[in-house]
Amino acid sequence: MDNTANAVYLSRVSKVFGTSTVLNDINLSLTNGRRVALLGPNGAGKSTLLKTIVGLTRPNSGTVVTLGTNITEPSSKHAIKELRQKIGFVFQNHSLVPRTSALSNVVHGFMGAPGSWRAVSHSLAPEAWRVAAWQMLVELGLSNHILSKVNQLSGGQAQRVAIARAMVRSPQLLIADEPAASLDPTAGEEIMLLFSQLVQKRGTTLLFTTHNINHARTYADEIVALKNHKIHWFGSATDFDDAISRTLYI
Amino acid sequence: MTKQTKLPHRTPQMSALSFTLLITAVALILASIGDVAPSPQRLMEGGPRVVNLLGRMLPPSSDPEFLMRMVWTLVETMQIALAGTTLGILISFPIGWLSSQGLSPIGSLRWLVKGFVSLCRTIPDLVWALIFVSTVGLGAVAGTMTIVVDTLGFCGRFFAEAMEDTDRDARDAIQTIGGNHWNMLSAAVIPDALPSMINTSLYALERAIRSSVVLGLVGAGGIGQELKTAFDLFQYKQASAIILAIFVIVIAMEALTDWIRKKILGP
Repeated sequence: MDNTANAVYLSRVSKVFGTSTVLNDINLSLTNGRRVALLGPNGAGKSTLLKTIVGLTRPNSGTVVTLGTNITEPSSKHAIKELRQKIGFVFQNHSLVPRTSALSNVVHGFMGAPGSWRAVSHSLAPEAWRVAAWQMLVELGLSNHILSKVNQLSGGQAQRVAIARAMVRSPQLLIADEPAASLDPTAGEEIMLLFSQLVQKRGTTLLFTTHNINHARTYADEIVALKNHKIHWFGSATDFDDAISRTLYI
Repeated sequence: MTKQTKLPHRTPQMSALSFTLLITAVALILASIGDVAPSPQRLMEGGPRVVNLLGRMLPPSSDPEFLMRMVWTLVETMQIALAGTTLGILISFPIGWLSSQGLSPIGSLRWLVKGFVSLCRTIPDLVWALIFVSTVGLGAVAGTMTIVVDTLGFCGRFFAEAMEDTDRDARDAIQTIGGNHWNMLSAAVIPDALPSMINTSLYALERAIRSSVVLGLVGAGGIGQELKTAFDLFQYKQASAIILAIFVIVIAMEALTDWIRKKILGP
């Protein structure tokens, strides 16, 4: 099977926790370079699906191929570690290290790379990492906050630092778990626009979860809608109309 | 939720068991005060003796030979406190990490480390001093070892708590990005826990200065030894000079640690 055109390929993936099925026979192919929104009610399995795609959760059955790596093979532990180097993560509440500068937090993005003990702080990092981190912060409009402690930044600014951390190694796939959920509507729009422009410019595949249907329609090329642990709908964002939206949340 | 149909009492209703325990506790406190607290009559009798002692203590001795000896023992006291606290803090860091919940790399063996830290903390410093005087002999080395163990019991616990209180999301994020256990500790845990650890360390230094003053009473070096000798030989003017010097040193050290705290951690 040739999955080189697909950033993510899932075939008959199921995941059970105890007695409850969280993912039920999921089949999904996401094309490289596309922006994909993952929609669905709470408990539909969105977070588990993301974790399964990056190898943080192992499915009970089925095949998961992410960026050409089959992470469901028994001997895939080392491969998963290498795969993570090609993936950027943005978490719901930014998850930055408090009392640490924006620059150091972006340098943390190099964790897992050879010599990653030097990624603990920008003071220890190789010059190339420092420059890359600084350039990302400048690109994201944070040139006045390079050495600011992240706990002194606004929610929107902190989320920009988190995006910079995720993008600093030019990942092939960017995973964002409700990136705008903890922000006010204006900051949320700003962050989604930033995301959208950044990944389009770099050709990165973006997979983000959201409860905001407008964000999904505006900033995604494709929408995957999960309901009752199954794929309820998958298609172009332009085809996702109010009628489909109603069936998803009812 | 139970529906409240009547106006509730002003105070919570006490069960018979709680009432009995309360009465027993009050009785124990009153009995203890009756047995060991000073009676007004005894305080009245002691008053003239205090005045007499103060008369013999004042003015503090200004004998140059004694003052020179006192300064050197004060220097030794400070050395015991500084060396003991520094070594104690350095050992407390890995000990705190090994005993911290959710961060320790040794799993349930962390309870052994936690138990060791509790042992260091619960045995009073004078008892540790007696143990070290018996094992390494009289003098400052026994005092320094006492301060090391005392600091370990104090900082070991609070360093572990500071590490446990660090932002879990940030720790998880570092691991998800690809960081290992060491990366997580150095990038997410230490920067977040550092202000609390600095605060604890400075307080440990203040405690060590106070402790090192009394360690000499059991032969573990420092100014306490000089104080004991002065009282044993009824040299009350020398004793008052030592007490005054101790007071100045402790106050100066508290002022210094407050200044450092503000300088590093902000107001």
